[in-house]
Amino acid sequence: MACVVVVDLGMGNLRSVERAITRAAEDRGLASEVVRSGRPEDVLGADKIVVPGQGAFRDCAAALAGELGEALREAVRRGTPYLGICLGLQALFETSEEAPGAAGLAVFRGAVRRLDPGAGADVVKIPHIGWNRLDMKRAPEGALAAWGSEAPHVYFVHSYHAVPEDPSIVVATVTHGPNVVTAAVARDNVTAVQFHPEKSQGAGLALLGAFVAA
Amino acid sequence: MLAKRIIPCLDVKDGRVVKGVQFVGLRDAGDPVEAARRYDEAGADEITFLDITASHEKRGTLLDMVRAAADQIFVPLTVGGGVGSERDIEALLDAGADKIAINTAAVREPELVERAAARWGAQAIVVAIDARRVGTDEPVSTMGAPPGEPGSAPKPPRWTVVTHGGRRETGLDVVEWAKRITGLGAGEILLTSMDRDGTKAGYDLALTRAVADAVSVPVIASGGVGTLEHLYEGLVVGGADAALCASIFHDGTYSVAEAKAYLAGRGVPVRLGEPRRGGS
Repeated sequence: MACVVVVDLGMGNLRSVERAITRAAEDRGLASEVVRSGRPEDVLGADKIVVPGQGAFRDCAAALAGELGEALREAVRRGTPYLGICLGLQALFETSEEAPGAAGLAVFRGAVRRLDPGAGADVVKIPHIGWNRLDMKRAPEGALAAWGSEAPHVYFVHSYHAVPEDPSIVVATVTHGPNVVTAAVARDNVTAVQFHPEKSQGAGLALLGAFVAA
Repeated sequence: MLAKRIIPCLDVKDGRVVKGVQFVGLRDAGDPVEAARRYDEAGADEITFLDITASHEKRGTLLDMVRAAADQIFVPLTVGGGVGSERDIEALLDAGADKIAINTAAVREPELVERAAARWGAQAIVVAIDARRVGTDEPVSTMGAPPGEPGSAPKPPRWTVVTHGGRRETGLDVVEWAKRITGLGAGEILLTSMDRDGTKAGYDLALTRAVADAVSVPVIASGGVGTLEHLYEGLVVGGADAALCASIFHDGTYSVAEAKAYLAGRGVPVRLGEPRRGGS
């Protein structure tokens, strides 16, 4: 039975993520154990890691500054499947405009930047809240292949997004006014999404189910 | 491009849906958790609970209900009604609500919105505004009188904020209030026309447009939906980002899927249902 560790960065309610993973596994008839933990040893012992996150990048960076962050980097190096959600995607990068000086995990090179509200006729609302349809940039692999050929609508709530130095890690984007928003990235064992699969109904459950199944 | 959202709203009292939900095969028309689950599966983009329980002692019932609903639905859940303090907000968020709607308390204490947005993020804080027209009667034509006749030009419509279910006037101008409270951190505005609420005569489109143009956060239109055309008008003419609906869905007049198919057919970007266990 796969042990999925939902990493607790002390930044709010993880219940909906846990429930959605459990439900997605049940939908696929998979046995899984979902454990919430902020302990480095649990991260290193996990079969799969999910890093959800909402809130501020600075708090997230602070939670990752010590042994927990080191354990996550080590787990990524070892090849443990990692799924980052929202701030759990942004945390994979080096820095964020939201919190100058705060360091992310630097698994990927690049920075997290504020969304541009645009101007004139192109003006959009920030935060980017709501359902947006993914635009697949390349053939998805792993959990992101869950949707087949249909790019779904998924639920976003955020004001910042990651801008990777290596564009080849970007699997999906969405458009929000002048922004081409990084919606999903993947490389090797690491998959991360800016949207909230736990709030994206069938499309989100399909992604989580595929992550648990893979 | 963001899809326009369709949000069924369940009014609940003492843990029961105030007006029964007419779904085929629903075991208990008054169970808010089952109704929420059915709307989730039916393609609703969010679910909103508005608690109208008078007594504060029964708050535990609401929290149990939110907990049960949050465990079973996989779209965002907004909860409002009687939210008066950070303790109330924290309890609801802990129970699994994604967003909290604050109404009367925001008028009484705007700083509550500021503190809550700072603590939980603007995306979690919705300010509900109940609006009533003042001064002028609603114009028959939105085009108004012919131009060039000084002194006879109709005054633009104005709206005042009311609280306590419309029983209390605040004297606040709705557009000014919406600007002020978003400046303090409200992440969305849930805008209800008290003139239209329950009439099925359509949204107050001038109101919706006035607020949508004045603030930089999403506006959820509420009050008056009776037909699918009304949804289109609220989202396109009124410029709302989302439409809150109650009776047209609860009565079984239309399904969420029918509403979305209609909107998509008229060129409105909406999220059409995707199979829950789709793909393999």
